[in-house]
Amino acid sequence: MMQPGFHDPVLDAQSGFRAVLEAMSRPGRVQALPPGLTPPAPLQPATAAVLLTLADAETPVFSDAGTAAAEWLRFHAGCPLVASPAAATFLCVTGTPPALEEIDLGTDEAPQDGATLVLQVAALREGGALRLSGPGIEREHRLHVEGLPEGFLAARAALAPLYPRGMDVILCAGTRIAALPRTTHVMEG
Amino acid sequence: MPEPAPTQPPGTSPDTAARQRWMAVLARAGLAELRARLEDAPPLPPHTRLRGPETGLVMLRGRAGGDGAAFNLSEMTVTRCSVRLEDGPAGQAHLGHAYVAGRDRAQAELAAVLDAALLDPARRPALLAAVIEPLARAQASAAEAEARKAAATRVQFFTMATMR
Repeated sequence: MMQPGFHDPVLDAQSGFRAVLEAMSRPGRVQALPPGLTPPAPLQPATAAVLLTLADAETPVFSDAGTAAAEWLRFHAGCPLVASPAAATFLCVTGTPPALEEIDLGTDEAPQDGATLVLQVAALREGGALRLSGPGIEREHRLHVEGLPEGFLAARAALAPLYPRGMDVILCAGTRIAALPRTTHVMEG
Repeated sequence: MPEPAPTQPPGTSPDTAARQRWMAVLARAGLAELRARLEDAPPLPPHTRLRGPETGLVMLRGRAGGDGAAFNLSEMTVTRCSVRLEDGPAGQAHLGHAYVAGRDRAQAELAAVLDAALLDPARRPALLAAVIEPLARAQASAAEAEARKAAATRVQFFTMATMR
């Protein structure tokens, strides 16, 4: 059954954009999104809000969240949905991400064209096993992520030598988000 | 990826031409007319707003002579609304859409609710009889009166044609 989108498309998208901007500027710091969105399962409010904020008619979206979620995204964001991860600007992933080599990482001339992975995880909080460093972090941020797919961090680290090409990640759980831009170095333990 | 059906699953959708007709009639009817017609109709079911009502601009395109290159004629103000009826069977709630000229949000919402209610086979005959048909008749006679008025002042350039 089709669910409503943002209650106030302008203000909610602005709050969502602010949260994504803060999350990207301070990698590993958890940002809260305003509650109230009721997306179809399996999408959680944060995942849905990030996609409604960022995706539009010019950004192809790859989604593994099923027909109801795809229909909802198409209706409210107006975004084209693509079957191949390589063609997508945003990847909405609720399960296992596609092989990261398949994803569009941009080019050396236009690295900003690289895709953004919106990855839904089980839980997200500050302070935990992941040690983050890099631009936007003074010394070290610690992040706890539950439900991160097996081998994802290693696959992401393998893309680091390609810089400035690369993939940005927005982790979403419930109504909370945290970002791992391509410049952030993640160590476990 | 297969195109998800925007409204109803196949088999339950009414004839597209019939829906286009009532949506066109609703889009041309003003809020006061709609409300007046609804006084004789059965009450409308509760609904949830899915999108809007919201006002925006639509680019009108034209072709010179009907077959020239397309050009942008002008923008027009349009208000759109999409609603879901609350009393449909689970998973098959009727979705109504409306695009109306102007900035009347209440008109767009009411037209969308009527569109959704008209998709319900149980409600369609009564609503068609009480709302759509009278409005269609009124719009047809208004268009005819306009055409008659215009025809009375028509200028025919017979002379120039025959001199050639």
